Amino acid sequence: MALSAASLQVGDSRSDVVLDNVSRTQIVMYAGASGDYNPLHSDEVYVTQVAGYPTVFAHGMLSMGATGRVLTDWVGNGRLKSYGVRFVNQVWPGDTLTATATVDAIREEGGQHYADFTVVTVNQDDKPVVTGTATAIVDP
Amino acid sequence: MAVERFPVEASHILMFARAIGDENPVYTDPASPEAAAFGGVIAPPTFTMAASQFDPDHVLRPKPGEPWFGSAREPSGAEVTRTGKLHAEQHFEYHRPLVAGEVLTATERAGETWQKESKRGGTLSFEELYIDYTNVETGELVVTARFVTVIPSQVPTQG
Repeated sequence: MALSAASLQVGDSRSDVVLDNVSRTQIVMYAGASGDYNPLHSDEVYVTQVAGYPTVFAHGMLSMGATGRVLTDWVGNGRLKSYGVRFVNQVWPGDTLTATATVDAIREEGGQHYADFTVVTVNQDDKPVVTGTATAIVDP
Repeated sequence: MAVERFPVEASHILMFARAIGDENPVYTDPASPEAAAFGGVIAPPTFTMAASQFDPDHVLRPKPGEPWFGSAREPSGAEVTRTGKLHAEQHFEYHRPLVAGEVLTATERAGETWQKESKRGGTLSFEELYIDYTNVETGELVVTARFVTVIPSQVPTQG
């Protein structure tokens, strides 16, 4: 359902677990679908023996993609005007990510209503992994 | 990345939606009322990243007859120039929903470059890149993506 400006208040927020116990297979699925086959994300031998990391880690874009669900489930399908994030920490197999979107502003511009959001996704230790903003079209 | 033809296909969107853990029927089921409202499944907000599947020169995909830097017989199959480049930020502007069946072209243009001092990574060199995704038939701009990458002058300490 499309969201309306009248039903929103600055400070309203929604949280959702967007990835639960991230599996190496989930990371491989993202590599296959996106075309980013960087061995850092799927190749345990390369990543531990050559790149020097403890194990493989998720693509930043997997976290951003999963985080998008907290926005689109709230504002409705096809309603985002912009969505941007910074990648602030890595996501490892076994992590559980919780995304939270919060209404930052509700505004009208050229007869169109918009809601601006801040978004932050944290891991199970409450450490942020992506932080960002989004804007969606809302009904009056 | 320059891509002449990026066909946006329903089965590719289905795989992408599963990969990000979002099985909303508007992405996964062309027969759903959610998808019907758009005349077909639409793409999730970050889907244009998958345009790299259609980039013939994409460096992060093994190609027949070319050395690949991941493990095989040896832990690494090729000497890689380590640029140390990291994905720092990603931004999208949506001009309208992206619907399965469209064919896009992706063209890139340079943005700003800047530097910042950091305790963890030394001098950080940032670089901005824009990619415009345009419908090949109508010439209509559908999505604008802004990539920000960073090269630290030293390996960042874990923090």
